[in-house]
Amino acid sequence: MARSLSLLRARAPLAAINNKDPQSMFVYILKRVLATIPVMVIVAIFVFLLLRLTPGDPAAILAGDAATPAQIERIRDRLGLNDPLLVQFFTWIGQLLRGDMGTSLLSNTPVSGMVASRLGPTINIALMTIVISVALAVPMGVIAAWRHRTWVDFLVMAFSVLGFSVPVFVIGYILIQIFAIDLRWVPVQGYKDPSEGLGAFFSRAILPSLTLATIYIALIARMTRASMLEVLGEDYIRTARAKGVRENTLLFRHALRNAAVPILTIIGTGFALLISGVVVTESVFNIPGIGRLTVDAILARDYPVIQAMILLTAGIYVFVNLLVDISYSFFDPRIRY
Amino acid sequence: MLSLRNLTKNPSGLAAALLAGTAMLVPGAMSAQEKENVITAVMHSPLRVLDPIITTAHITRDHGYMVYDVLTAVDDTFTPQPQMADWEISDDNLVYTFTLRDGLTFHDGAPVTGEDVVASLKRWGDRDSGGQLIFDVTESLEATDDKTIVWTLSEPFGPMLDVISKQSAVPPFIMPARIAATSPDETITEYIGSGPFVFNTDEYEPGVSVTYEKFDEYVPRDEPASWMAGGKVVNVDKVIWTAMPDAVTAVNALGAGEIDYIEMSQMDLIPLMESNPDVVVETRDKLGYVTIGRPNHMQPPFDNKLVRQAAMAALDQKSVLETMQGSEEYYNVCGAIFGCSTPLGDEADSELLTGGANIEKAKALLEEAGYDGTPIVLMAPTDVVTLVNQPVVAAQALREAGFTVDMQSMDWQSVVQRRPNQGPVDEGGWHIFFTNWMVPEISDPLINVMVNGRGDDAWFGWPDDPKIEELRADFIAATDDATRKEVAVEIQKHVMDNVNYIMLGEYITPQARRTAIENILPSPVPVFWNVTKKME
Repeated sequence: MARSLSLLRARAPLAAINNKDPQSMFVYILKRVLATIPVMVIVAIFVFLLLRLTPGDPAAILAGDAATPAQIERIRDRLGLNDPLLVQFFTWIGQLLRGDMGTSLLSNTPVSGMVASRLGPTINIALMTIVISVALAVPMGVIAAWRHRTWVDFLVMAFSVLGFSVPVFVIGYILIQIFAIDLRWVPVQGYKDPSEGLGAFFSRAILPSLTLATIYIALIARMTRASMLEVLGEDYIRTARAKGVRENTLLFRHALRNAAVPILTIIGTGFALLISGVVVTESVFNIPGIGRLTVDAILARDYPVIQAMILLTAGIYVFVNLLVDISYSFFDPRIRY
Repeated sequence: MLSLRNLTKNPSGLAAALLAGTAMLVPGAMSAQEKENVITAVMHSPLRVLDPIITTAHITRDHGYMVYDVLTAVDDTFTPQPQMADWEISDDNLVYTFTLRDGLTFHDGAPVTGEDVVASLKRWGDRDSGGQLIFDVTESLEATDDKTIVWTLSEPFGPMLDVISKQSAVPPFIMPARIAATSPDETITEYIGSGPFVFNTDEYEPGVSVTYEKFDEYVPRDEPASWMAGGKVVNVDKVIWTAMPDAVTAVNALGAGEIDYIEMSQMDLIPLMESNPDVVVETRDKLGYVTIGRPNHMQPPFDNKLVRQAAMAALDQKSVLETMQGSEEYYNVCGAIFGCSTPLGDEADSELLTGGANIEKAKALLEEAGYDGTPIVLMAPTDVVTLVNQPVVAAQALREAGFTVDMQSMDWQSVVQRRPNQGPVDEGGWHIFFTNWMVPEISDPLINVMVNGRGDDAWFGWPDDPKIEELRADFIAATDDATRKEVAVEIQKHVMDNVNYIMLGEYITPQARRTAIENILPSPVPVFWNVTKKME
């Protein structure tokens, strides 16, 4: 009986997919994608206006400290910053509709190229962080719930509080001191693309990923524990345990799957947060990611870059949320679209 | 075996395994770049603007010296020397004839011609304040053949060679005529010079990294290198400037040998670097910087000379410098508006400035001026390390003297945006702000924008000061060094009386290098010719 219960649970997601109406799923995704359009338009208007209302002048930054007001004014004219706001807005929107993100006011290079070169490091570090976080945090949360109110539980919760409380840059510096300076296992800083060699990539990505992972491990472990505690109190778990289902199977096949929805939400949100830029970590480890690009652009009032980054970030959030919503149905067959 | 139960017994196992695994991969990864003779440097700022004419930003000027060459350049005695060209001056001081030396080649293989020089000088003259003054009296500038440039003036311009040889803020870099034809208000898009390094376009990431490769065709002059003059001999294959936003990371990377050089050390991190036997912390540029306060001459109460004098009396250079630098080793109390170690520098009449805060004098001056307690809006940037302390120290000193101070904290870009506002405070104006300059940038009356007295057309603060304009005209007309020095001292005395700006002293920011890096030129501009690197 226990075995059949286990098999039923194991097959449930597959059955859910098979039973799902592909057309309704497609309609759901299409609706969600279409719903992003007004969101992106609102974000575009908001960011454009916000930037123009914020103090700062890219022409003055470009001209330098010794430039006279007249020289700055000439550069403003040349950059189109003296055009009416509506003209500037529609020029930008026109460019976007043609797939052109514009040109950096400072470096005079295409924004799309700048974003593309910075997106890789951020995505790779984010993926590695999420993999490490999930690999460590989910078992930690499951075990903490399983050994509720034992030293294991207290230890996991203590780590969790520590992960939340200690600033990321402090963790980064501690890891650098131990593993890069004292042990000399890995470099202090920098980034190499995986295409330049996996060794070079991992040796530079591991410390920033571990640094970032601390907070996500804390977050995911707490959420997993809370969710698991709720599920472990359910009747069917007690029944399965009474029928002799092994603890590993019980925890990871039965309980965890039913506790997965809130955990997935946290993982999805966490991933979107990581992609949208982790400036402090990128600074501490000298990673040329989009967090630094965004902050540098804001400090320099490089409008086209800031606008592109905020739109991109909004798009990433919408996309990741969509993926998370779709993934719910794979873990919980009760969810239909 | 890594099981759940094992993991609960040894929770650090996975992390340790991950780290140990990557550690095994590291040696190969770290050695690849070391085979080339490459200098990796962290400069004072990331490079984002590549046009050395459109901006006065120091990092772009430094980039300019890597890629481009200049017609003439000053040596370490501030004396103009031939670089790309020698010159002859007519007896009436109206015609300057420059002759290009042999072997000058652009990075695309084309020879440098007189036409390139003329186009470059014209673009520079449109942007640079000193250049504008020369072009105001230029009758013609033309290339009479491939190697000869004739510059004819309508009236003598005494410091002509000093201005075109200046090292900062915008030196007249020579580029191909087709690139120099770009509007001076628009950034260039091709980066070809004839300097000792070639800009690697493919490896350039704005704000992150820039790579310069040795230009094999470059023919250095025979004279030894001295500041921007002399033989620019390149001894390495590549120089990479990498941006590191975190100063601690840069120091750690230097200690670990991942980078070779830090142009500007953060003062509180110097002891950390000095404790590493592989790192040397030293002063490269003995002239250093000055820090200054600039009052707004257009708005009350600083439109009143007595109130400006009261502010100067209240401020104590030593307090400001001590707060900024922390050690006397790295600052110098100095009352000379053209710098204390420059040929034109003189501390005449600066006792009020250098003798410490004189609060009683300040109070008396305020009373004499009839100061009514109008709040002084002091702009205080919070995001530039070298500009954070001055406003705080100054605000307290001004309050002690009786000023009502409204210190407004903002980021530097807000200062930059608000600074051009000539209106009163309730319309977004301001009363005083602080900034820093390299000493060579304030070293003579034509280069130093703060002694421009042309009112609306002057630098932010806009003093309408006919007297100083007369003195600057005298300086231009002077044809010998002694007369120029006399005029400079008169300007010094005038500024001490009129308080066009408040000199707050000189400071030095030391550089840090690995011991393998040697022969760095003691120059205000960080340059990478002459430098050697021993392979570690």
